[in-house]
Amino acid sequence: MQQYSGFGLLKHSLSHHENWQRVWRNPTPKKKYDVIIIGGGGHGLATAYYLAKEHGITNVAVIEKGYLGGGNTARNTTIVRSNYLWDESAHLYEHAMKLWEGLSQDLNYNVMFSQRGCLNLGHTLQDMRDIERRVNANRLNGIDGEVLDAKQVSEIVPILDCSDNARYPVMGASWQPRAGVARHDAVAWGYARGADMRGVDLIQQTEVVDLIIEDGTILGVKTDRYGDIMADRVGSVVAGNSSVVAAMAGFELPLESHPLQALVSEPIKPILDTVVMSNHVHGYASQSDKGDLVIGAGIDSYTGYGQRGSYPTIEHTVQAIVEMFPIFSRVRMNRQWGGIVDTCPDACPIISKTPVKNLFFNCGWGTGGFKATPGSGNVFAASLAKGEMHELAEPFSMFRFHNGALIDEHGAAGVAH
Amino acid sequence: MFYIYCPYCGEHREEEEFHNHGQAHIERPKDPDSCTDEEWGNYMFFRKNPKGLHHEIWVHAAGCRKFFNVTRHTVTYEIKEVYKMGEQPKVVAE
Repeated sequence: MQQYSGFGLLKHSLSHHENWQRVWRNPTPKKKYDVIIIGGGGHGLATAYYLAKEHGITNVAVIEKGYLGGGNTARNTTIVRSNYLWDESAHLYEHAMKLWEGLSQDLNYNVMFSQRGCLNLGHTLQDMRDIERRVNANRLNGIDGEVLDAKQVSEIVPILDCSDNARYPVMGASWQPRAGVARHDAVAWGYARGADMRGVDLIQQTEVVDLIIEDGTILGVKTDRYGDIMADRVGSVVAGNSSVVAAMAGFELPLESHPLQALVSEPIKPILDTVVMSNHVHGYASQSDKGDLVIGAGIDSYTGYGQRGSYPTIEHTVQAIVEMFPIFSRVRMNRQWGGIVDTCPDACPIISKTPVKNLFFNCGWGTGGFKATPGSGNVFAASLAKGEMHELAEPFSMFRFHNGALIDEHGAAGVAH
Repeated sequence: MFYIYCPYCGEHREEEEFHNHGQAHIERPKDPDSCTDEEWGNYMFFRKNPKGLHHEIWVHAAGCRKFFNVTRHTVTYEIKEVYKMGEQPKVVAE
């Protein structure tokens, strides 16, 4: 597989860029694999990549019903941060953040990771107390963070309405300088390319329609295009469809799949060079390199697999943005879309063994899974390789909903993102 | 965008007047003290979350404030049936 470099770009320019290799193969699956990963989104592809790279397990198939990175990886708003409150989640997201920081080099693929910082605004005294608590917890966990007052916030984002006239005046914010955004599609493509070049088979346009389970042990999967494919271990990384795969295996999950919508505006000149989120006004925005404002807010209240939501939710989203940024009131929106997010009662993911032996689930990332893509794939790969959960994944067992060891991250997860 | 029939008001109203309260027909354990952790956890947190027909609770929050059940398809979002609390659905998954 060719390596990408500035020199290569120059070389290919001489042949009008017509001789670039295909980035990954389109193989016919074998009859049996060591590991099958259901779901070819960011997390699934990252899992395959780290299985091959760090654990030498290359007899792996990723089975994707659509195309690679076509689900929530293509639909999120690309925010990356690690300022979570509790130790368990802070360690997991910070593990991901450290991988983000070297990811483009590691993958030899530019994921356009831009550490432009992230503000989480506080609008009430309670918000500010929570922010102080969370920033202090972050610092004790070695995660960067600062508490800013309203004046400091307005210096970072002059267009933010920090006046006393706002309906919910900004009192301050938490600020994580290492947070930022990344190019979401590139993350999926980079991991796919890295996995493929190490021998992983990426099987697209193939849906897993059932699981082959005998005596409580998984033996393989049934697919719509290639019949039965056997495997020693199976990892399900299917986000919004996790409950559907779990139903095939005969158990329920503590998940509900909701539509989450986002929108982008027409491209405008650079005006917002960081990420601004507000739990209280309930919206967030950043600006992409193309110039569009990337905007999101809350999930639709009902469950749904339709990858679309209701107009009142969009209206609330835009209201929040205009409340925070009056200057955007006449910006026109270009596109709007929805994804299916698998929300967990404690706003933390499930990375877990299941009641079926050798079947593992990585799901429940809800509204904020993109930021964790490298870390999620990394710890899930280690768990699939050893058959025992990685220490960072251990607290995120699905059985925490039986023993009560929940990790309540509703505060740090905040507005859906 | 839903246009939901409230069985108590006897009218169709816009979605914004309502809130969704998740899966319907979840029975609280009769004797919580004698539940195992697994039974209690299943009752509290585990959900069917089906792709297809879903029986769910809605409340007419900005209207009569009463709760009722809706059978809805979670892919097409089509509302198949609305029925009062305590009643059983007529439209069920095969």
